[in-house]
Amino acid sequence: MKFWQRFLNLDRKWIFLGIGLVVIIPLLFPLRLPVKPSKPVIDLFNRIDTLGVDNGVVWVVTDFDPGTMPELMPMTMSVLRHCLTKGTPVVLHGGLWPAYIGMAKMAMDNIAVEFPDKKIGEDYVFLGYIPGVTAVILAIGIDIETTFGTDYYGVPYDSLPMMEGVKNYEDISIIVDISGTRSPEYWLMYGQQRYGVDVGVGCTAVSTPSYYTFLQSGQFVGMMGGLKGAAEYEELMERYGYPAGRRPATIGMDAQSFGHLLIVVLVILGNIGYFIVRRGERKVGIERRKE
Amino acid sequence: MFIRRTLPILIAFCIGFAMLIQYFIPHPYSERFYDIVVQQWFITIYAFMFIFAYRSFFSHHIRKVKRRKTGYIFSIIAIASALLMAVGGFATRRGDFFDSLYNYLYAPLQATMFSLLAFFIASAAFRAFRARNVQATLLLVTAVIVMIGRVPLGDYLWRGMPDLIEWIMTVPSMAAMRGIRIGVGLGAVATAMKIILGVERTYMGGT
Repeated sequence: MKFWQRFLNLDRKWIFLGIGLVVIIPLLFPLRLPVKPSKPVIDLFNRIDTLGVDNGVVWVVTDFDPGTMPELMPMTMSVLRHCLTKGTPVVLHGGLWPAYIGMAKMAMDNIAVEFPDKKIGEDYVFLGYIPGVTAVILAIGIDIETTFGTDYYGVPYDSLPMMEGVKNYEDISIIVDISGTRSPEYWLMYGQQRYGVDVGVGCTAVSTPSYYTFLQSGQFVGMMGGLKGAAEYEELMERYGYPAGRRPATIGMDAQSFGHLLIVVLVILGNIGYFIVRRGERKVGIERRKE
Repeated sequence: MFIRRTLPILIAFCIGFAMLIQYFIPHPYSERFYDIVVQQWFITIYAFMFIFAYRSFFSHHIRKVKRRKTGYIFSIIAIASALLMAVGGFATRRGDFFDSLYNYLYAPLQATMFSLLAFFIASAAFRAFRARNVQATLLLVTAVIVMIGRVPLGDYLWRGMPDLIEWIMTVPSMAAMRGIRIGVGLGAVATAMKIILGVERTYMGGT
């Protein structure tokens, strides 16, 4: 019992050390554990994969900040890679809140390096950020040019060859909202319900359970949930011959696997210890009362 | 009294009902009204919100510094950081300097704060996650299954694990979530109606 008492009072620095090791080691030496794509991810992948050049633009929104970047940036990059490899015109919208524009810029800089033959304004467009949150979603349904005016770099909207004929949601094939916030619900309420545009979602693992309701009702086309969803999308990209980069989400899943395993082991051992100590304390209590 | 109380209620009532009615009447005048409200009014009001946010932020922190309240040094850092980002953004027109501030200061700081959660969650789960009663045991068992099943290791340990997780997410979890969502939705509609009708006035700072 003494062992378990000491174990239950384990200094948290040992737990921190354990978590640090099980996260860092798989990141340094990736195992690339196999990932099995789930239906919501397959649905989103198929929806984007079946789009042609003339089906309208894919509108990718980066509604996340650096806190959720490890989960959501791989999704953004995968969707952008998917579209650009296929030749599907893609618009990057720098999010509904001001802090998220840097994430879009980061993705844009990576794309410029990965696809040097693709031209900004012709193959892809970066529209930046406009204040307004839900008002922006509604305004896109009226006129994108009036809403944004220029792209992120200040180039007038009417000087962007790719945006010729792109007026509102009727010219957008799908909104892919990569989000660490409640923004997918806003796109659903104001974009999908009011204007009928298709919405796909990439969200953090924490938000995933709350969006299954919208998947089942068919209001979301598909969903990438957490790092797992990102890894599944990377798996599908590789399976269908698209460039998947160095697959950061898949590597991250190794670290997450061992991190989860350690937490589960700690919880199980903690409970075993708790019951042993409690039983021991009861026994001692009964003996004392007898005395 | 009229400016502080009656006028905001009147504006909320008129715009609230106008937008409600507009939704069901697709007349050209109605559509034009919608375009003006959404494209000009809403976005302008949102932009002004930043000015108020900045005013409130600075007045709060300047007051704290003036009175030398506990932790006022952090207020100085907050003010300096806000000014640095704002000036950096305006002066360089989203150029390299602003990008550097974002990429090499803001992003690592926020990512670090967020990643610390993993350590504290592990420690808290070890100390607090106990099967003390039936409900806690159910939560614990489900959490363990989902935690193992949502990572490739689960699939590696048992092939049926991903399907079990998908079932948990699409049946019991979704049923609970749908109930919560319907409740929240009905509550939101009721609150919106109370605001439009002027019954709910706490958004003006009163009771």
